[in-house]
Amino acid sequence: MRSSTGGGRLAAGPKPASAAAPLAGRGAAAPVGPDAAPRPVSPRAPARSMYLLHHLLEPNRGYRRLAAWLEARPRRRRLFTAAEKAVKQELFGCRMCGQCTLPSTGYACPMTCPKQLRNGPCGGVGADGGCEVYPEMRCVWLEAVERAESQGRTGDLLRLQLPIDHRLWGQSSWIRYWQGRDEDLWTDPVRSGMGR
Amino acid sequence: MSGEMLDARAGRPGRADSRGAPGGEAPRSGGAGVIPRASTVTFRATLESGAFTVTAEIGPPRGADAGAIERKVAPLRDWVAAVNITDNQGASVRLASWAGSLAAMAAGVEPIMQLTCRDRNRIALQSDLLGASALGIPNILVMTGDHPRFGDHAEAKPVFDLDSVQLLWAARVMRDDGKLLSGRNLSPPPDWFLGAVENPAAPPARFRAARLAKKVAAGAQFVQTQYVFDAAAFAGWMTQVRDLGLHERCHILAGVGPVSSLRALAHLERGVPGVQVPADVARRLRGVPEDRVADEGIAICAETISELSEIPGVAGVHVMAVGAEHRIPLILQQAGLAPMLAAGRRGHAG
Repeated sequence: MRSSTGGGRLAAGPKPASAAAPLAGRGAAAPVGPDAAPRPVSPRAPARSMYLLHHLLEPNRGYRRLAAWLEARPRRRRLFTAAEKAVKQELFGCRMCGQCTLPSTGYACPMTCPKQLRNGPCGGVGADGGCEVYPEMRCVWLEAVERAESQGRTGDLLRLQLPIDHRLWGQSSWIRYWQGRDEDLWTDPVRSGMGR
Repeated sequence: MSGEMLDARAGRPGRADSRGAPGGEAPRSGGAGVIPRASTVTFRATLESGAFTVTAEIGPPRGADAGAIERKVAPLRDWVAAVNITDNQGASVRLASWAGSLAAMAAGVEPIMQLTCRDRNRIALQSDLLGASALGIPNILVMTGDHPRFGDHAEAKPVFDLDSVQLLWAARVMRDDGKLLSGRNLSPPPDWFLGAVENPAAPPARFRAARLAKKVAAGAQFVQTQYVFDAAAFAGWMTQVRDLGLHERCHILAGVGPVSSLRALAHLERGVPGVQVPADVARRLRGVPEDRVADEGIAICAETISELSEIPGVAGVHVMAVGAEHRIPLILQQAGLAPMLAAGRRGHAG
């Protein structure tokens, strides 16, 4: 049996500081940072509007210049990063890993998965769609698959997501994205299509 | 090491010292090298021959006794192609899977070393992979791992630096390109047969075959699934798998296991994420006298194996009977399978 202790959450044992934060409700902001225990977050923004917004944020010369300008000015960069964090935390429970994969996961953040799985759900998803670790919350990968499917973006889910760089926690992902530094985050979709 | 095959069974000292680790004692007394070797590599060859292949799961002991592994694997020697040695299963501390793998080799059974992403970052994972290859462990099974929250150290820091797909990728690149994730060269590169896990029964059902496709693309050469109690539902997943052509690129072993008591049944129904026991299976188990539940569980498991062996593309079964490993031969017998070493295995036109 894969899990030796069933029956919901464990209360026993001293808790690490990171787990002492109050349990985030569905859709509420998740704990930020690499050391905070992640909890699944259902995105607040509809997938359709996010894909539309994505077009507006696509890299162009203007954005590239803005990114370079921000990068050279630490104070402005910090302000910009704080704004990015506020928006993405509110909408997706963003934890500021600095390597945003939202456009390839139906705009549901896989870093809010307690196992931080970037390549799809684990095998412990409950029959009701509950997270293995927090059964009362919905698996964030179920959100991702449904949202991507609803927008005809299932191919995105077949990309191999490569290991992230943990030095980038807390940094602005938009600045990196506009400067073309996010291009090695994932591969093309693997050959096979989705089952019916 | 070299090509010297140490027959560890013959070379082992007596069992008077219960702490006598086969991996440590045998070579010293035999003087033939430091590493015990299984006498043959059978798992991969069996799969590639197209024969119906059986593996079994072995949980290492909570204690410093490699003999416990030997006692569990010895009765299975003639019956299985390999045994999985779990990696701190259920996030509870046990003897390390690499050490358990060496103990299994010393007992003459080929190991499949499980390696989870829960407890190690990419440095430790790649280091352990190198170690496994250097010590002659022929098969690695890569998985994400249970969250520490469910284990005996719920307060532990979960690592999850890589996920299972990323670790498969890293391992394949280490072996095939001789490179670490950092890009540094390995000399010589490691070599193992790489496996993954999948749970066809867990939501989202539509994505489960696609997820296997990702694992195969990343490097999985074989896959073992979570418990299958509903062969018909599994056949549905296999249809998707065949549609994607995955069974031709990856050997698929269906996970099975006997339910040994009504308590175990209740635990499976409530407590094991991703496992669903169909109502008719539960009804059968609850319909017999309490002292016959274990036998009924074995009968159900044997029937499931028979049904699974008829599904095109199924390469074999992985039997998970942790705590009741000694009953595995009985299950296989009831399923109509002959001992692997005696009669060869049933051919299977997948």
